[in-house]
Amino acid sequence: MSRLTGPNIQLNELGQLHHFLTIEGLKQQHLIEILDTAESFINPNTQEIKKVPILRGKTIMNLFFEPSTRTRTTFEIAEKRLSAQVESLDIETSAAKKGESLLDTLWNLQAMQTDMFVIRHAQSGAAQFFSQHVAPHVHVLNAGDGQHAHPTQAMLDMFTIRKHKGSVFDLKVAIVGDVLHSRVVRSQIQALSILEAREIRVVGPKTLMPESPEAMGIHVYHDMEEGIKDVDVIIMVRLQNERMTSALIPSEKEFFKLYGLTKERLALAKPDAIVMHPGPINRGVEISSEVADGPQSVILEQVTYGIAVRMAVMSIIMSNAAQLKQHRAEQASLDLDEPHTLNAMEEANS
Amino acid sequence: MTELDIDVSSLLENICEQLQRRVIFNQSPKMIGIRTGGEWVAQKLHEKLALTDPLGVIDISFYRDDFSKIGLNPTTQASDIPWEIDDQHIILVDDVLFTGRTTRAALNEIFDYGRPASVTLVALLDRKGCRELPFQADVIGMSLECRQTIKVTGPDPLIVKILDQQEDVT
Repeated sequence: MSRLTGPNIQLNELGQLHHFLTIEGLKQQHLIEILDTAESFINPNTQEIKKVPILRGKTIMNLFFEPSTRTRTTFEIAEKRLSAQVESLDIETSAAKKGESLLDTLWNLQAMQTDMFVIRHAQSGAAQFFSQHVAPHVHVLNAGDGQHAHPTQAMLDMFTIRKHKGSVFDLKVAIVGDVLHSRVVRSQIQALSILEAREIRVVGPKTLMPESPEAMGIHVYHDMEEGIKDVDVIIMVRLQNERMTSALIPSEKEFFKLYGLTKERLALAKPDAIVMHPGPINRGVEISSEVADGPQSVILEQVTYGIAVRMAVMSIIMSNAAQLKQHRAEQASLDLDEPHTLNAMEEANS
Repeated sequence: MTELDIDVSSLLENICEQLQRRVIFNQSPKMIGIRTGGEWVAQKLHEKLALTDPLGVIDISFYRDDFSKIGLNPTTQASDIPWEIDDQHIILVDDVLFTGRTTRAALNEIFDYGRPASVTLVALLDRKGCRELPFQADVIGMSLECRQTIKVTGPDPLIVKILDQQEDVT
């Protein structure tokens, strides 16, 4: 049985984030809290992200069962800028190879006084699985699980949009490329709809589109020109060759011809539209170098903001843990102080 | 319990006079207010003293020593120090000096930005006798007893009320 109460697997009894596994099921207030807190880490003059001491004495362990450059590095930088003690493990090169089961690995690492795990795994649902088996005081952050979710990436994308557009509310956003295999896109769509974007479009060939887009509240376009017309934000996603089990596109060249973002196509979007990409980018496959390095591209800003957003998520989770502890202590002292009142209330309720 | 309104402008005048007599006043000092009450007081002082460099503001939320007990302040904002700290004479302004823990947090944050030449601590009000850390202000507007609690609202008008619980007992 899960310790977590309520309809959501990642919230504590006060409705606050205890783990961060998915955007799904979160309220607008959760997302806004993350965005606002991320803002407070960025120096308004220099845009520099300074080191702060709040997670001193806490140990955060990064478990990467799947390779990663950006996510892993920005998580490590974020953890260090919060003054936490950081350990990173490449599971492929460790005990898992010697036949130790995943849960045994997890429990051993937990026994090393870990307060938070950041987990990336090729299996959908892996982070949730871990969250159900860690001790009650230990937190799990999903750094990407299979084709399921990548919530911190979606939040840094929302942060980048908000930085440029003031708010996500009422914007038209087009997501172009391999929507089917992308955990990033799933999380982005959920975040965009919670933050009330006006229109969410997905653009790509039939073979790379989700099965029931209507249920996700999105509009599907198979024509690139039509799909990005008059949008405020274009998010390009990479072709995930490693997750494709069959030939879903004719060739990379053909894909670029049909769906590649070129300067000419970009002109169809709003003049102040921004171009985003969660990386790694494949130049000449989904995006031309001219656009990727052009004035409307915010691709490298996304990387920088990823540090502040991950700092925000981790500090909010540790802050929530402190508040929950205090709440429980207050409840316990209430129980001791006023046994009669509580009994009377219980009787009245029964 | 009695409630007493304080004449804030005369306290500010008093602080300005004291600051102007100090050596650092002629060494182009830079001012930092501690969010929120300290920022309000600093705005007034900054204006009265006609300091040329813009006012800095620090939010000590990330430097508090009770994070593991009470978590994060939901209204936390970014600190804004628009100049280099290194080798500068800093006037650090808070509204109320009480336990000294805010001052500790503020000094830690300032030193994370650089090494100031000096820090002069200014408090509009000093609740003497309840210090938990060894800090004393260099310049104060007015001293109070520990039992007197203070409510500051602002920024315009800046109003300070003193609530004295002793009166009820006597």
